[in-house]
Amino acid sequence: MLQTPLWKRILIWATVALGMVLAAPNLFYSRVEGHNDAAKAVEAAGFATVEQQAALDQWPGWMPSGIVNLGLDLRGGAHLLAEVQVADVYKARMDGLWPQVRDVLRDARDQVGSVRRQAVQVPYELRVEIENEAGMAAAVEAVRTLASNVITLTGVGQSDIDVTAEGNVLIVQLSEAERDAVDQRTIQQSLEIIRTRVDTAGTREPTIQRQGADRILIQVPGIGSATELKALIGTTAKLSFNPVVRRGAAEDQTPGAGNISLPSMDEEGVWYTVEEVPVVSGEDLTNAKGDFDQNGRPAVSFQFDARGARAFGDYTAQNIGAPFAIVLDGEVISAPVIQSHIPGGSGIITGNFSVEEANRLAVLLSAGALPASMTFLEERTIGPELGQDSIDAGRVATLVAAGSVSLLMIASYGLFGVFAVVALAINMTLIFGVMSMIGATLTLPGIAGLVLTIGMAVDANVLIYERIRDELRAGARNAARAIELGFERALSAIVDANVTTLITAGVLFFLGAGPVRGFAVTLAIGIITSVFTAMNVTRLIVTFWYNRRKPKTLVI
Amino acid sequence: MAWRFKLAPDKTNFDFFRWQWVTFGGSLMLSVLAVIAWAVMGLNYGIDFKGGTTIRTESALEVDVGAYRDALQGLPLGDVSITEVFDTNFADDQNVTMIRIAAEDESQAVTPEQLGQVEEVLRAAIDPEMTFPSVETVGPKVSGELIWTSVLSLIVTSGAIMAYMWLRFEWQFGVGAVLALLHDVLITIGIFALFQIKFDLTIVAALLTILGYSINDTVVVFDRLRENLQKYKQMPLRDVMNLSVNETLARTLMTAVTTLLAVGAMLVFGGDVLRGFSLAIFIGVLFGTYSSVYVAKNIVLFIGLDRSEKPKNRGTPDDFANVDA
Repeated sequence: MLQTPLWKRILIWATVALGMVLAAPNLFYSRVEGHNDAAKAVEAAGFATVEQQAALDQWPGWMPSGIVNLGLDLRGGAHLLAEVQVADVYKARMDGLWPQVRDVLRDARDQVGSVRRQAVQVPYELRVEIENEAGMAAAVEAVRTLASNVITLTGVGQSDIDVTAEGNVLIVQLSEAERDAVDQRTIQQSLEIIRTRVDTAGTREPTIQRQGADRILIQVPGIGSATELKALIGTTAKLSFNPVVRRGAAEDQTPGAGNISLPSMDEEGVWYTVEEVPVVSGEDLTNAKGDFDQNGRPAVSFQFDARGARAFGDYTAQNIGAPFAIVLDGEVISAPVIQSHIPGGSGIITGNFSVEEANRLAVLLSAGALPASMTFLEERTIGPELGQDSIDAGRVATLVAAGSVSLLMIASYGLFGVFAVVALAINMTLIFGVMSMIGATLTLPGIAGLVLTIGMAVDANVLIYERIRDELRAGARNAARAIELGFERALSAIVDANVTTLITAGVLFFLGAGPVRGFAVTLAIGIITSVFTAMNVTRLIVTFWYNRRKPKTLVI
Repeated sequence: MAWRFKLAPDKTNFDFFRWQWVTFGGSLMLSVLAVIAWAVMGLNYGIDFKGGTTIRTESALEVDVGAYRDALQGLPLGDVSITEVFDTNFADDQNVTMIRIAAEDESQAVTPEQLGQVEEVLRAAIDPEMTFPSVETVGPKVSGELIWTSVLSLIVTSGAIMAYMWLRFEWQFGVGAVLALLHDVLITIGIFALFQIKFDLTIVAALLTILGYSINDTVVVFDRLRENLQKYKQMPLRDVMNLSVNETLARTLMTAVTTLLAVGAMLVFGGDVLRGFSLAIFIGVLFGTYSSVYVAKNIVLFIGLDRSEKPKNRGTPDDFANVDA
C-alpha cells in the first residue's frame, strides 16, 4: 500500500486546480483582453458605454482575468532604445551660470580686473580667465556665493558647484552630487514626457522604462513603425504662460476677442478664460525643479532665458495680485497668483501642493520640451502579420512536439507513459497559470522555451521510471517498494539536474535583453513546474492507480 | 511482459572507454577544428553584434535577388546583403527576403530617410504591393555592449555551474562537466562558422540553453557514479564509470530523443524567425548527449579522484585513485 498524507494530496490537487483556473482565461484570449481593456476604460471614466458593457460581459467578473502578455515580437509594434544626452543639460546649466558669474565678478572688479570666458572640453565646466591673478582669492570667494544646496533625497547639504583656481583661470564645475541630481532629473523628465506623449497616442500598454544610467526603453504595441514612434516622441509640447481673464465652472461660450476658454488639467469641471497671446512660452523656459518656498512649503522654482525673463519681469511688475495660467497643450496646469514683481527671470510657484505634486509639476513644466536631445541606439519594427505568423508557427510546433513526445512516452512506458503525458498536460497548464498570475510576457523565444520544456519536462518522469525498472530488476521486495524507491532515489538526480538548468535561466534573465528574457522566464517556470508535477502529480496518479488495482507484478 | 519500445536494451555492458582514443580524441579534434573554423572563417554576426539594419520584405512575386540588388545599387548605403527566406509555413504567394545593411562605422546606423528610400525604390522596381513586416536597426554602440554581455553570460553560467558541481560533488566532477560543456558549445559555434549561419543574440541564448541541457545530462551520469562509488568501493574507477554510464544509458537516450523530437518540431514547424535558434539547440543537444557519455567522465578519470574516506588517511599520495586508463 502506498501512502500519501491527505493534507498533501489536497494541497497538490488544489495547486493543480488553481493553475487550471489561472490558465483558463488564456483559452479565450481575445475575449478576456476585450474585457480587461473595457474594465480599465470604465474605471478611468467612471461609467460604461454600451460597447464597453458588452465587452465587460464577455468574461465573468468573478473569474481571474490575468492573461499572458504577448511580447512585441508576437503582437507587432515598435521598439526604441534611446540614449538621453545628459551632457546637453550640463552645458545649458553652465551657459546659464555664466552671466551670473560675470555679474559677481564685475562687482569685484577692482580686485579681479577684466574677465573672459574660455572654451571648455568638459561640458560641466566653466573656465573664466581673470586679469589680476592676485585677486583670485577674492574672485573664488565671490563666485562661491552663487552656490546653492543640491536638493535630492540623499545628497542634502552638498553644494551644487565646485569653484577652484588654476593660475589665472577660475574653474567652476558642477559638483558630482549636482551632476547626479541633474542626471536623475533629466532622465525622469524625459521618461515623463515620453510617457505623456505615448499615452496621448492611446495605444495599449506601452512599456517605457529606464535602462542603465541614461537610457530609455520604449515599446509600443500596435504602432505602425519605429519612425512613427520617433516622430511622436520627438514632438515638443507646447507650454505657455497666459494672463487669466476669469475662472468658471463651464466652458466659456463667449470668451471675448483675443481670449480662449481652456479646461483645467487637475480640477474637474473648472475652466479658465485666458488671453490667447501668451506672456511667455515654453521655448523661453530653461529650467524648473521641485523646491521649497521661504516658509518651507513645497513649491516649484523655474527659470527663464534672457528674453523670457524680461517679458515675465515686466508683466509681473504690472500685475501683482492677478492670476496667470500655466497652459500645456490646451489645458491649464495651474493658475497661481502673482505675489510680487519677478525681475531675475526666475520665480517660484507656490500653491497647495505636496512634495510629489510639486515635483510632478516641475517635471511637467520642464516637460514642455525634452530636457536633452536623444539618440536612438536601437529601433525595431515588427508588423502584426509577422507576429501572428510566429504565433501560428509556434502553435503548430508546440502541438507536434507534444504529440510526438507523448507517443514516444506511451510506446516506451505503456500505462506509465500515459501518466507522464497527463503530468505533461498539467505541467503546461501550470506554466500558463503561473505566467498569467505574474503577468509575464510571452515572446517568440519564450515559445521556444515552452517547446523545449515539453522535451525536457518528461525527463524527470523518465528518470523515475528508469529507476523503478532498476529497482525491480535489482529485486525490490514488491511493486510498491520499487515505486517508492524509484521516486526516492531519482530525487537527487532530478534536483541536481534542474538546479543547474535554473542557474542558466537565471543568468539569461539578468543578462539577457527583451525577447531573450522572455525565454529565460518560460524556461525557469517550466523547470519549477515540471519538477513539481513529476515529483507530486505523477506520484499521486501512480499511487492512486496502484492502490486501486493492487497489481501483483509491476510492468513499466 | 508487455511490449515496450526501447532505445537501449535492458541491460547493457558496453565498455565506453574501449575506443576512447577515437571517441575522446575525436571530440578533442572536433573542438580544435571548430575553433579553427571560428578563427579562420569568422562568424556571420547579425546586427545584434555588428550593428546595422535588417529589413524583411514580403511580396506576392517570385524573388529575384539580383533584381533586388540592382534596385538598391544606386542608393548611398553601406554593405548590402540580400537573402531569400524559405519556410514551410509560407503561403504560395508569400515570398520573403531579408535585406541586411551594414552599419557605417561609428555613425548612427541607417537613417529613417535612407530606410524610406530603400522601401520606395523596392516598391518602384519590384512590386508596388511589397510590404515590410519587420525593420530592425541596432547602433554600433549597443552591439558592442551586447557582445560583451553575451561573453560575460557564458562565463558566469559556466562558473556558476562549476561552483554548484563542486558543492554537490567533487571539484573534479565540476571541471569534467564544464570542459564537456565547452566542447558542446565550441562545436556548435564551429558549425555556425562553417556554414556561415547568422549568429545573433538568440543564438547566444541557445548556447546558454545547451549549457543547461548538457549539464543536466552529465549530472545524471555523475549522480549515478557518486552512488556507485559508495556501493562498489573496491571496483576500479574506470569500471564504476562504465557501470554508471551503462545503467543510465536508457534514460540518457530517452531524454535526448524526447528533447530532439521537441526541438525538431520547432526546427521544422516553428517558422523561419526561430530557425537559427532551434538549429543551435538541436546540434547542442546531439553533442551534449554524446559528451556526457564520452567526454565528461573521461576528464574526471584523467584528473583522478580521491576515493579514500577523508577523515582516515590524509595526504598520502598513494591514496589517489589509480588512473588505469
